[in-house]
Amino acid sequence: MSERLKGRFWAVNLGLFFFLLSSSPVMAAAEEAAASGSHAWWFWPLVLLIVTFAMGILAVLGGVGGGVLFVPIISGFFPFHLDFVRGTGLLVALSGALAAGPGLLKMNLASLRLAIPVALIASACAIVGAMIGLALPTNIVQILLGGTIIGICVLMLIAKKSTYPDVQQADKLSSALRIYGVYREASTGKIIDWKIHRTIQGLGLFIMIGVMAGMFGLGAGWANVPVLNLVMGAPLKISVATSKFLLSITDTSAAWIYMNQGCVIPMMVVPSLVGIMLGSFIGVRLLAIAKPTVVRWIVIGMLAFAGIRALLKGFGI
Amino acid sequence: MADQQEAKLEAGPEQLLYASILQKGMFVGLVILFITFALYALSIMKPYIPLDEVSHYWTMNVHDYLHHAHIKPGWSWVGMLNYGDFINFTGVAILAGVTIICYLAIVPILLKSNDKVYVVLAVLEALVLSLAASGILAVGH
Repeated sequence: MSERLKGRFWAVNLGLFFFLLSSSPVMAAAEEAAASGSHAWWFWPLVLLIVTFAMGILAVLGGVGGGVLFVPIISGFFPFHLDFVRGTGLLVALSGALAAGPGLLKMNLASLRLAIPVALIASACAIVGAMIGLALPTNIVQILLGGTIIGICVLMLIAKKSTYPDVQQADKLSSALRIYGVYREASTGKIIDWKIHRTIQGLGLFIMIGVMAGMFGLGAGWANVPVLNLVMGAPLKISVATSKFLLSITDTSAAWIYMNQGCVIPMMVVPSLVGIMLGSFIGVRLLAIAKPTVVRWIVIGMLAFAGIRALLKGFGI
Repeated sequence: MADQQEAKLEAGPEQLLYASILQKGMFVGLVILFITFALYALSIMKPYIPLDEVSHYWTMNVHDYLHHAHIKPGWSWVGMLNYGDFINFTGVAILAGVTIICYLAIVPILLKSNDKVYVVLAVLEALVLSLAASGILAVGH
């Protein structure tokens, strides 16, 4: 079998596994079983480990963060209450960001000067978002989550990316804050000078991103990258790396709110972390042979399915 | 000229210090989390909520969970570290707390380079994260 076919084989099988798992009536029956405690205590953590392992692979291959898959899928198809899913989702996204952040900073791909002002706004707003999310009734949060997930699918379908955005001149604010840099493009060896513009508009958008990250526990890479890249004009690599690092700050503030409210159950958190991390490790290895377009469509399909499920749950259907 | 360009490619001292602390904190946090989870899951430490009862609680909203399990929100877990489930919060707190330390650690470097705006921003960020961590901001359904 050729490498390309192998990649498609893995991608399609993983997608099928997820669809079968999530659409199976067994999940609904299992929900009741869990409530009545008819399983051994290790049953759900083990299922969580297996599902998050597959999620970790798909997240890497689909180019999305673990958190954005975790919250809608686990809250939609598992017996856990949304409060604990959001708390766990934030810790999953936070751990991924903490693991990637140091390397990205050392390579100078993630920019601390760019991240600091953005993170201040996003993390303060994530606190507000977490407080709103925990104060609202669960069905309202489910409906908003469903709408957001479907919005993310649309964003994934229509958003373009610009490898090297054309920034004619840095704006006054970014110049004053000295937000610019240099990096070497590994594929060509070329040295890229970068600067940003539309800083105020970008910072304004991070108010909304922070609130949504805190409210739904999603992580926010799906929104960070388009704003840093398309609005503020940072090169794609700088945007992706800085976004990943930013999550370690934004999710920290929201994670503390959820943790202090009691939304952290270790029996959910640790299997999810281990599953996502092992899955990401395998995903990186599969990246060389998988077909990204197929995987991306599977991820979008899964998210859309989970988003609709969240909407239906919110409306009590 | 080439040397100057190479120097520009490297991350600044504050960025390298931040990365170094973040890496150590992440590593320590994860190791502690995995060790404490093993103590909990292997029943080496007695949990506050028995393992076979956890699934009764995770279907409830957090308010009902705290009420039925007689757990207080906030930092009350520190007083329950003798239980296998609550000792896991040590690793979680390190993972969630390391960023505050990173911000405070870079302040002297920023001061040395007279980068006043970023000193203010870094201190403000540390305050925002500390406020979130403090447990003062209580909410509920």
